[in-house]
Amino acid sequence: MSNSTFFKSIGYKVLMALSGFFLMFFLVQHLTINLLSIFSADNFNEVSHFMGTNPLVQFLLQPVLIFAVVFHFVMGIFLEYRNNKAREVSYAYNKPSANSTWMSRNMIISGLTVLAFLVLHFIDFWIPEISTKYVLGDMSGLLPSGEFRYHHELQEKFIHIERVIAYVVSFIFLSLHLMHGFQSSFQSVGFRQNKNMIFLSKLSYLFAILIPAGFISVALFHYFNH
Amino acid sequence: MNLNLKIWRQKSNSDKGKIVDYPISNVSEHMSFLEMLDVLNEGLISKGEEPVAFDHDCREGICGMCSLYINGEAHGPDRGVTTCQLHMRKFKDGDTIYIEPFRATALPVIKDLIVDRSSFDRIQQAGGFVSVNTSGNTQDANAIPIRKENADLAFDAATCIGCAACVATCKNASAMLYVSAKVSQFALLPQGEVEAKERVINMVNKMDEEGFGNCTNTGACEVECPKGISLDNIARMNREFLSANIKK
Amino acid sequence: MSMNSKVPDGEIKDKWTKYKDTINLVNPANKRNIDVIVVGTGLAGGSASATLAELGYNVKAFCYQDSPRRAHSIAAQGGINAAKNYQGDGDSTYRLFYDTVKGGDYRSREANVHRLAEVSANIIDQCVAQGVPFARDYGGLLDNRSFGGVLVSRTFYAKGQTGQQLLLGAYSAMNRQIARGKIKMYNRHEMLDVVIVDGKARGIIARNLVTGEIERHSAHAVVLASGGYGNVYFLSTNAMGSNVTAGWKAHKKGAYFANPCYTQIHPTCIPRSGDYQSKLTLMSESLRNDGRIWVPKHKKDVEAIKSGEIKAVDIKEEDRDYYLERRYPAFGNLVPRDVASRAAKERCDAGYGVNQTGEAVYLDFSSAINRYGKEQALLKGLDVNNEKTVADLGKDIVKSKYGNLFQMYEKIVDENPYETPMMIYPAVHYTMGGIWVDYNLMTTVPGLYAIGEANFSDHGANRLGASALMQGLADGYFVLPYTIGDYLSDDIRTGPISIDSKEFDEAEKTVVDTLNKLINNKGVNSVDYYHKKLGKIMWDKCGMARTEKGLKEAMTEIKNLREDFWKNVSVPGEVNELNTELEKAGRVADFLELGELFAKDALDRNESCGGHFREEYSTPEGEAERDDKNFSYVSAWEYKGEPSKAELHKEALNFENIEVKVRSYK
Repeated sequence: MSNSTFFKSIGYKVLMALSGFFLMFFLVQHLTINLLSIFSADNFNEVSHFMGTNPLVQFLLQPVLIFAVVFHFVMGIFLEYRNNKAREVSYAYNKPSANSTWMSRNMIISGLTVLAFLVLHFIDFWIPEISTKYVLGDMSGLLPSGEFRYHHELQEKFIHIERVIAYVVSFIFLSLHLMHGFQSSFQSVGFRQNKNMIFLSKLSYLFAILIPAGFISVALFHYFNH
Repeated sequence: MNLNLKIWRQKSNSDKGKIVDYPISNVSEHMSFLEMLDVLNEGLISKGEEPVAFDHDCREGICGMCSLYINGEAHGPDRGVTTCQLHMRKFKDGDTIYIEPFRATALPVIKDLIVDRSSFDRIQQAGGFVSVNTSGNTQDANAIPIRKENADLAFDAATCIGCAACVATCKNASAMLYVSAKVSQFALLPQGEVEAKERVINMVNKMDEEGFGNCTNTGACEVECPKGISLDNIARMNREFLSANIKK
Repeated sequence: MSMNSKVPDGEIKDKWTKYKDTINLVNPANKRNIDVIVVGTGLAGGSASATLAELGYNVKAFCYQDSPRRAHSIAAQGGINAAKNYQGDGDSTYRLFYDTVKGGDYRSREANVHRLAEVSANIIDQCVAQGVPFARDYGGLLDNRSFGGVLVSRTFYAKGQTGQQLLLGAYSAMNRQIARGKIKMYNRHEMLDVVIVDGKARGIIARNLVTGEIERHSAHAVVLASGGYGNVYFLSTNAMGSNVTAGWKAHKKGAYFANPCYTQIHPTCIPRSGDYQSKLTLMSESLRNDGRIWVPKHKKDVEAIKSGEIKAVDIKEEDRDYYLERRYPAFGNLVPRDVASRAAKERCDAGYGVNQTGEAVYLDFSSAINRYGKEQALLKGLDVNNEKTVADLGKDIVKSKYGNLFQMYEKIVDENPYETPMMIYPAVHYTMGGIWVDYNLMTTVPGLYAIGEANFSDHGANRLGASALMQGLADGYFVLPYTIGDYLSDDIRTGPISIDSKEFDEAEKTVVDTLNKLINNKGVNSVDYYHKKLGKIMWDKCGMARTEKGLKEAMTEIKNLREDFWKNVSVPGEVNELNTELEKAGRVADFLELGELFAKDALDRNESCGGHFREEYSTPEGEAERDDKNFSYVSAWEYKGEPSKAELHKEALNFENIEVKVRSYK
C-alpha cells in the first residue's frame, strides 16, 4: 500500500467519508422501516419479512453493511491512533473550545459509544434473528400463533426502562456523531464552499437531530404502548 | 499590570523540559506580547539568568517566524493576528499566562519556545512550485487573462505565512490547511494546471511522510490561522487529490 | 584595490544588450564544477540562488531565519514598478529610468538604473509565469496603482502583500532547485566572515545558529544579498534580525562601502508609543493616494488634543494645516518619501505634533470616504445628501482598498481609523547606501558580489516607492546570473576550493575569538542596552536632519559607546548552543562600527540630497540644497583599521542622458 498514491491521509479521509455516507443512507432506510412500526404493525411485519428473507438484501446488502460498519470503526480507530502519534507531547494548557466544537473533537468518544450500542443491538436483534433463520432454519418469520414475529419482538425489547434509557443515550451520542460527521463527510470528498457552508451546516444539524430523534421516538413509543 | 507567566523551558532537543513560573510587573497594555517577553528577558539577563529563547523576526505579522501557544491557543486569544501583533491589552492585571512551544511530532522543539519547522520547507520542495525557468523569456504577463475571482482566491490562499499555527492548533497536528493553501493557489491559476496532478500527490505524500496527522475537519485551523486561510482550500485539495487519482 | 565601475561604452539604451552579447560565458558542463555561495534569501538572494542553480552552478544558500521564505522582503507592502505601460499613460523604459534617477536626487549611476528599467518588464512576466497572484481587474488583466514621486501608474501589486507574494515566488523557484539538489540550503546559519584566498573571495565562515558550530564553506564566488542596515537605528521597520554583519565583514576584508549616510526615512509609519518599543510598523505608502496629511493650524488645538479635551475630528476644516498640499501643490500628499518625512519633522519640531511624544501627524481618510461615498451613492441612485449612507458606502470602498492596513493599525493602536484619522510619523525604512559594486555587481574584492539592498547601486540618495522589489529581483533573476559568468569563466579549471587552507584557519580563528570574547566578557549591560543607545545617537544626530556639529559629536559618542560595549557587555549562555543574545551581540558590535562610518560619510557630504539632509545646506524655506559641482560622486570608503580612519574614494557620476535639475515637486 505504501507505493499507492491513494492510500494516504486524504485517501483514508475519503474512505471514511464514503463509508459514512453509506451508513447515513442506511440510517435513513432503517428509520423508515422502524417508523412503520408506530403506524402499522402489519406493514412493519411485511417489510421486515421482506428484508429478512430477500436473498439480495441478506446476501449482498447485509455483508456490505457489515463491512461498512467494521471498516468505519476500524479505520476510525486506526486514524485516531495515527493522529495521537502526530503529537507525542501534549500541551500543559489547551483551550480547544475556543476554536472547534466538542462534537468535532470527540468523534472517537461518540463513535465508540455508538459501537457499544451496536453490540447491544446485535445481541438484541441480529444474533437471535440469524440463529432463528440460519441455525434453526426457520425462514417463516412466524410465531407459533401464526402471526408475524417482528413487531412482537420489537415491542418485547422495550419493556424494560434500562434498555430504553440505553437506547436513548446511545442515540444522543449518535446525534453528536452525526452533527460533525454529516458535514465533515462532504468536506472530505471536497464538497464545500464558504457560500454553501451555512446551508450545509444547517442541513447537518437537521439530519443529526431528526434521525436519532426518530429512533428515540420509536423506542419511547413502544415503551409506553406495549 | 502584573502577570504570572508559566513558560516552557527546555535546554535543547534532548532535554526533557518543564514549565517554569516567572512573575512580571509593570507591563504596559500597549506592549506587544513579544515586547513583554523582551522586558522579561532584559530582567533575566540582568539577574545573570538565561533569557527565554523564542522565534521572531519581522514583528509585523508577515514573516511567520513567531509562534507560541499562549493560554491554550496558537498566537494567543486574539483573532487574525500573529503573536507579534498580539497586544497586552488582551490580558488583565493578575492573569496567569501559559506560554508553550507549538507541539507536533513533525515540529520538534529546538530550545525553549523555538521549534524546527523544516518539515514545512520539505513539503514545499516536494511540489510547491511551477516548473518554469527564471530566464525571463516567458510570454507577456497579460497574455493569459485570469478571472478576477480566481486571481483573488489564489491570492487569499497564497497569503499563508507558514507559521504552523494550524498544525499547533489541530487536535491531530495535521498540516492540511498549510499544504492545501499552496495546492489551491496553483490549482486556481492556469500556470499551475500543467503539474497539478503530480503536485498534489507529491505534496500529500511528503506531508504524510513527515508525520503530520490526518484532517478530521474540526475547523480549528481556520479559526486560529492569523491570515484567515479558508477551509475551502482543504476541500479543494481533497478534490484535486481525488481527481489526480482518478485521472491517473 | 582599484575602483573601476566597468560601465560598458555605447548608447545607454544599448549598453546592457551589447554587453550581454560580448561577455564570457561558462559552458553548461563546466558550470557543474563551479560552486557559488549566496548569503541571504530575500528577493535578491532567493532569485539569484534559483537562477544560478537553474543555469547549472552548485549553489549554497544561507539565511539566519528558519526558512528562506522569512527574509524581510516579505514585509514589503505596496508594490513593484515595471515599465509595462499597460495603462497607456505614457510610461516607458526611459521614463522609469528618468523617474528613478530624479527620485534618487541624481546620485545614482546612470547605466545601472537604465538596465534596471529595461529588465523591469521581464520581472512581471517572470513572476506571473511562476504563479504570483498579482491584483487583476474584472477583465482578467493586471491592475496597476500609482506611487509617490511619479506621474504614471506603473506599480503592480498584490493587495498590501506584494513583497510576500514575490518572495514566495522566488522561494518556490528555490524549492524547485533544492529538490533537484542544485541548491544546498543552510537555514539558521549566519555568515560571520568572508574568506579571501589569493585576493579572491573563496568562501565564508558561518555559524550554525542551532548548534553554535562554526562551519567553513568554500566556493568559487560569494554573493552577498544580506539586505540593508536600517537597524543601526535600533528602531526601524526592518526585521529584528536584519543586520549589517555580512556586509561589514566584507568591508573589513577590502570591499568598499558606498554612501552609508543615504538612509530612507519612510513618512507613513505608526508612531512610537513607549521605551519598550522594539520595532516600528510601516503603513504602505499607497495610503497617501487617498489619505490627506495634516496637523492643527493653532497650538491651542494641539494642546487640547494632547490633554484629551478635544479629538482630531473636532477640529474644523479651516483650522487644519494640510502642510504637504500647502507646500507642494503639484504633488501634494504624493511627494517622494524624503520630502514628506522632512515636512512631518518640520511641523513636529515646530510643536504641532499630535500625540504625547509630540511626534505624530494625522493621515486622514474622511475626504476620501466622502468622495467615494458620493460616487457610490450616485451610481446606486441613493441620496447623496444622506451623510450616513455616503459614509458607509465610502468606508466600504476604502476598506476594499486598504482593509488589511486599517486592520493592522487598529490592532496596534487600538483606534478605529475609519472614524478617526490615523497618526503617523516617519521611521527608518531602507538604506540606499551599501557595498560598492561595479556594473557587474562585483565589489572591490574579486569574486565577491553584492546584490539587492546590500549594494548601493540603483537608488542614489533616495529610493522611490515600489523600486526596492524591482531592484532585488532584477539583480537576482536577470543581472547577476549573466555578469557572474564573466568572472567564473576563468575558474573552470580551478577545481574544488579546499577549506583546509591557512586563510580559512585564520578567518575561523578570528570568528571564534570574537565569539569567545563576547561570551567571556561577563559585563554588566545587556546587548540591547547598547543597541538602544546607539539608536538614539543615530536618530538624534544622523537622522532626518544632520549638522556638522551633531555628526562630529555622533562620531565621538559612537566610538566611546563601542569601547564601553567591549568592556561592559554581558552575553549569557554558551557559545556552543542556540544563543540569541550572542547572535545579537555580534550584530550590534558591527553596527557600532558602521554607525561611525555613517556619521563620517554624512559629515563629508556638505550638501543635502535625497535622504541625506544637512541643515547648513538648505534654503530658508527648508528645501534641500544639492551641490552638483562638488558632490556629484559616489563616496566609497576603504577600511583602514578603524571606521574613523576609512579612506574615501570617489566615483564621479556623469549624466549624459538626463538633464540634472533641481528636484522640485512644487
